[in-house]
Amino acid sequence: MELNTDPNFFHPGIKMFRAYRAGDDFYEALIEMHRDLTDEDSQRVNARLILLLANQIGDLSVLQQAMDAARNDI
Amino acid sequence: MFITYTNPVYEYKKSPDQSATEIVHHPVIVVGAGPVGMGAALDLGQYGNDVLVLDDNNTVSVGSRAVCYSKRALEVLDRLGCAERMIEKGVTWNVGKIFFRDELVTQFDLLPEAGHKIPAFINLQQYYLEEYMVDRLNELDTVETRWKNKVSAVEQNDDIVNVTVDTPDGEYQLSCDWLIVADGANSDVRAMMGLESTGKVFKDRFLIADIVMKAGFPPERWFNFDPSYHRGQSTLLHRQSDDVWRLDFQLGWDKDPEEEKKPENVIPRVKAMMGDDVDFELEWASVYTFQCRRMERFRKGRVLFTGDAAHQVSPFGARGANSGLQDTDNLIWKLKLVMEQKAPLKLLDTYCDEREFAADENIMNSTRATDFITPKSAASKSFRDATLELSKRFEFARKLTNSGRLSDTAFLLDSTLNTPDENSFEGDMVPGAVMSDAPVSGQNGEQWLLDSLGNHFTCLIFVNSADDISLSQLEVLETLQQDKIKLVPLVVMTGQAKTTIDEIHTLLDTGGISKQRFDALSGTTYLVRPDQHVCARWRSLDADKVRQSMLRATANL
Repeated sequence: MELNTDPNFFHPGIKMFRAYRAGDDFYEALIEMHRDLTDEDSQRVNARLILLLANQIGDLSVLQQAMDAARNDI
Repeated sequence: MFITYTNPVYEYKKSPDQSATEIVHHPVIVVGAGPVGMGAALDLGQYGNDVLVLDDNNTVSVGSRAVCYSKRALEVLDRLGCAERMIEKGVTWNVGKIFFRDELVTQFDLLPEAGHKIPAFINLQQYYLEEYMVDRLNELDTVETRWKNKVSAVEQNDDIVNVTVDTPDGEYQLSCDWLIVADGANSDVRAMMGLESTGKVFKDRFLIADIVMKAGFPPERWFNFDPSYHRGQSTLLHRQSDDVWRLDFQLGWDKDPEEEKKPENVIPRVKAMMGDDVDFELEWASVYTFQCRRMERFRKGRVLFTGDAAHQVSPFGARGANSGLQDTDNLIWKLKLVMEQKAPLKLLDTYCDEREFAADENIMNSTRATDFITPKSAASKSFRDATLELSKRFEFARKLTNSGRLSDTAFLLDSTLNTPDENSFEGDMVPGAVMSDAPVSGQNGEQWLLDSLGNHFTCLIFVNSADDISLSQLEVLETLQQDKIKLVPLVVMTGQAKTTIDEIHTLLDTGGISKQRFDALSGTTYLVRPDQHVCARWRSLDADKVRQSMLRATANL
């Protein structure tokens, strides 16, 4: 399976009228997750989040593509 | 300081009301002759209602201020008879480009499809917009505007509002049935009435510089994250009319606003952004901070709050003046029905419900943009920068990049004025949506669907040809027109046959666009409010259902 890099955020079963809306909902929740955390705690939370999402995806070929894309040009 | 524009002076004239022995009563008084107050006055005056406008100043906006006007606001202004000059004078644009560290990462087109009369956006200095609105007000015998009339006290009981007005000739009293407040973000009337607008203050400062220059840049919105000439901050470039360009510089919270707006400090910033060799003159500079806040309720008895007085947003997204004009679009038809005693007071509460919902959506979108543009923590900044870096390569990150979600309309899905669907439809023309425009043709040739609606409820019926409407349905249409609240049928023929129906306003669909946008089959019927919002729809015309939905849409149920 190929890594999906097209916009893919959605609310299950809810029609969204603006293309940006579900993505912005996610982004706000992501920033909210870090509210009032120290930088160190933010990093811990990020690491946990990556592990949880990686397990959700499961497919190692997809995960490897995502890791390559993230590391690219660093 | 202004090179390209001279503010008109509107003369203060002493009104006979000021020396009347008894307090003079007006049905409606509007406080504030800005875009929103004048929008309210035009909407009342243009359709024959007397209205008095009071403004504490005697000119239009000083400085360009709000410069981006959205399609929906212009559609409202078009209905009010003044959008044409604005569009002609303004700079039409659809494309926005986003740069990160000097590299173009993404661009968007705000109006990707054809078949709309009004462009996605124009840029126009607020003083021109206001000047054209004043000119339009002056064409109407129903509207009186009193300049240098400052409201100094407001009192109300169940039946009347008493207003004290201060003028160069001293104070005088007025009374009215309804007071529409459009006196801006720092509303004096709101303060006088002990009401508050509450929310979030953003700790950041932005410098606006309007410069006059001849430049060959296209009419696009250019937003720069972390540019090399202004490290760690953001800038925005926008073209206005008369070769005036709007430059925005994010400054950070610690900068001194008085120092920053001095020309000797502004000019080096402009040169850093535009290049040393660019020939320009500085026209206007201002430093602003902003808040996202609103009043808890937009109505207090007989006093109705609109625009920035009722709700305020950060400027990214052009959701200030544009949403204010949508407030009055929503309010005025309801107020008129209440004044004519054709609808109960609770119809005005739906103005609050609907526009408070829209204000919350505007506040949410502009808060999100502000948080993206000015991240306030290390974690927030690293996600922002990662989004911008990934947007060079990946579409999903381009869509997450937020330089302001530019003003769009709220879908009022939960409005109590809507009739829930009983049939299924494709597309976005749900009850609560602003009706889409489309090209059509009528007796006078090519025209636009939105122009074909009047300032009343419309029963919009799509049919393949005249043969698809029966005699009994024609009788139904006839009776609908005789109801106490004005409802006018409008038929759109979607088939090939160019036929008309006697006594019924008939249009022909051009190129199948309206058919597609409204997911129309032969018989599909929409009920549209005077503010061009869909409030009910069916797959066939049924007079009883239309009547029931009319009662619901006017809070008469």
